[in-house]
Amino acid sequence: MTERSNEQWIADLSQPGPQRDQALTDLRALLVRGLTFALSNYSAVDETTREDFGQEALLKILAGLDSFRGESRFTTWAQKIAVRVAFTELRRHRWRDVSLDELTDFSDGDFTPSMLADPSAGPEQQTARRMLWDTLQQAIANDLTEKQRQALVAVRVHGIPLEKVARRMDTNRNALYKLLHDARQRLKKRLSAQGLSPQDILAAFES
Amino acid sequence: MKVDWLYHLLERLRRRHRPDSGSSATMTLEPHTLKQMVQGIMTTRPDEIGCDHCFEQLDCFADTVLAGKDAAEALPLVQDHLNRCHDCREEFEALLAALRALP
Repeated sequence: MTERSNEQWIADLSQPGPQRDQALTDLRALLVRGLTFALSNYSAVDETTREDFGQEALLKILAGLDSFRGESRFTTWAQKIAVRVAFTELRRHRWRDVSLDELTDFSDGDFTPSMLADPSAGPEQQTARRMLWDTLQQAIANDLTEKQRQALVAVRVHGIPLEKVARRMDTNRNALYKLLHDARQRLKKRLSAQGLSPQDILAAFES
Repeated sequence: MKVDWLYHLLERLRRRHRPDSGSSATMTLEPHTLKQMVQGIMTTRPDEIGCDHCFEQLDCFADTVLAGKDAAEALPLVQDHLNRCHDCREEFEALLAALRALP
């Protein structure tokens, strides 16, 4: 494969013709090979699927060539896009049968942390945990919106990818992250109002 | 209050029970999950960036890592986001794996 600088990649990909064709061939091969390693934990992803991801990534790369700022290697930027394409599809497939409503049925925060009954914790730590847990539970119930509660439980408790939760909530991943950020800020404010330092609060939940 | 809570729990579990359901409900929050949740809450900072902003800078971040430089110092908000966001961190680690394997 021809070694290209960032400028050469952009130049070759920008104008139709044999140079562009060769650049596309080279880039596609590079992306697909990169995906082999990027998706090494996904044994179900075969060569055909990686080729499909590579092809889709190429379309996005060509459409977004003007957005490449030259602050990184072009191949890094392109590989980033290919990885995003792959993971978006893989997550959609993996979580397709999951009902968000079913998983967030406890979205009022009605959980029982098993560590509240931890016999190895001293009485002071147990008391602090109980107080903070009660405060956190009330804050989840009273200080958050319904969407924030649902998102918090889905993402933080059940570990569902943001992308999946976002799709189910008819929003996007970025907006969901900001929703959760606002939720965390509200919860932090409520916990901090207990008069303990952040270090003390974190120490209470150390096992 | 303890009995009311128990009644409430049992009612909810009964409502959830379906014969063809493959999964069972749990009301237990594991210690590591709770600890991570509290850590995430208490380390929240007002200037956090979102997933889009992180994605925009991920290629620079990755190249900085591969060059052996301190990416967390160069792009601290990206590092902070990667520490918090499982989706972005997963993609970043995959990107690194791809880049390290290529010439």
